[in-house]
Amino acid sequence: METRGIGNIKMMVCDICKSNDATVHLTQIVGGKMKKVNLCEGCSKEKGVQDPTGFSMADMLLGLGTGDEMESVSESGTICPGCGFTLADFKKLGRLGCSQCYKTFAEGLESVIKMMHKAEMHVGKKPARAIHNLEVTERLEALRTELEKAVGKENFENAAALRDEIEAIKKQL
Amino acid sequence: MKISKLLKNPSGSKGEPHSNRIVVSSRVRLARNLQRFPFPGWAKKADRQKIIETIRPVVADLPEMENAAINEIMDQFTVVDKQVLVERHLISREHAAKNFGSGVVIDANMNLSLMINEEDHLRMQAIFNGLELESAWKMISKVDNELEETLDFAFSQKLGYLTACPTNVGTGMRASAMLHLPALVLSEQINQIIQAVNKLGLAVRGLYGEGTEASGNLFQISNQTTLGETEAEIIERLRRVINQIIEHEENARATLLEKRALTVNDQVGRSFGILTNAYSMSSKESMNLLSMMRLGVDLGMFDEIVRSIVDELFIASQPAHLQKSISRKLNAEERDLLRGELIRDRLSLLEKPKIRKIQPPESNEEKA
Repeated sequence: METRGIGNIKMMVCDICKSNDATVHLTQIVGGKMKKVNLCEGCSKEKGVQDPTGFSMADMLLGLGTGDEMESVSESGTICPGCGFTLADFKKLGRLGCSQCYKTFAEGLESVIKMMHKAEMHVGKKPARAIHNLEVTERLEALRTELEKAVGKENFENAAALRDEIEAIKKQL
Repeated sequence: MKISKLLKNPSGSKGEPHSNRIVVSSRVRLARNLQRFPFPGWAKKADRQKIIETIRPVVADLPEMENAAINEIMDQFTVVDKQVLVERHLISREHAAKNFGSGVVIDANMNLSLMINEEDHLRMQAIFNGLELESAWKMISKVDNELEETLDFAFSQKLGYLTACPTNVGTGMRASAMLHLPALVLSEQINQIIQAVNKLGLAVRGLYGEGTEASGNLFQISNQTTLGETEAEIIERLRRVINQIIEHEENARATLLEKRALTVNDQVGRSFGILTNAYSMSSKESMNLLSMMRLGVDLGMFDEIVRSIVDELFIASQPAHLQKSISRKLNAEERDLLRGELIRDRLSLLEKPKIRKIQPPESNEEKA
């Protein structure tokens, strides 16, 4: 990174024209490495940088390639059933279409997320009500399977108890 | 429009004022999305409308939002109004570009701001004066709990809160502090500090966040990653680094006074002279000169009361605040004249800075 001083403040020089002061600073993670691009007002306008956080911006500007993982998955042409989003859209916009996209594109996203955060698993706060509902739903599923088994074995006493338990849990939702 | 009300309260009432000489403000923001709706950037108009109709009444009903200062759809604001909110750090620059289908709700004390349909369905922040990251986290987490009782947030056991951009996934939290670091800039140590902070996985940005230049020697420090650590761990890590930076800044100030008192006298005196006499003042120049005045207060060269005048001018001299104060649009030249007038007026009764004693040079002559 080239810098030069104006008064007391170090200014960065534009990466493209190498002459004007850089006033637009982009940071992004490409292939697990952080890339910084510094542009002057003129070059950023010329290059049409309107959304400075765009995901593929640095690639586009500096002509770099992206990670192979995303490449191969985007060619598979998967479409998110939740919102009609494709990985080609992700490469273009740098944002996903809906929360279901995380499931739809889990394969390609996994490595991207791991590179970005150097972590794979959330350990922070959880939404209490949603987690409760999720656990209740899972419990219901398990009980229903047991109920089917009990009915199959003609163990009606057990089945009746299970049915009562299911009814009771349903009220919690 | 209640924006004009903001102007009567220039420094806001964000927590303990001036509880820290170096940390100007602390902020924690959370990103949340509803299940089953596309993210705002991908949602059709009708969906965006449904999203805001779902979220806005729940937000307005929060106990914290009783007597809310602002509860509006973005198309109800003028360009200048939106810019005033940006200059106050109450909405993002990205949100200022939004209109129909996006909204903002801000509490009476202007500590809490909830943006609807920004990059995520909900971006909510708490902001306080001074080093108050824990207070900000406590406040915004409580709001999050209250909203979660009614709203179904998109969440996965593995990836946490699901956000439009994978860089925010997990906690969806960005904690940041605004630091005033004039001595590290004057002593040319700032680039080293920024590099060291970057290596620790934290981001350093200018006054208005991503993609902005540092002016007025103000720097924003925030967490870069959001997955794999608890919110408390992220905040603790950030706070430790901030404390180290504070120590470096204090050391740099002590060294400046000891070895370069002449430079300090010159810079502070020069800034005072220009600010109290100039007729045309650009935004950048005023920010840098006001920064030197603030340093002067910290070093005991002005009365403590001058700090609130300087802090107020930092905000009141921003372009949109100037235009709002006389209720008409100004071109850059007119703004510079008005800024000069405002600053001259506010500083007119101040006494000249007290000069710091210059230590006699030991052997080598002091470099000015």
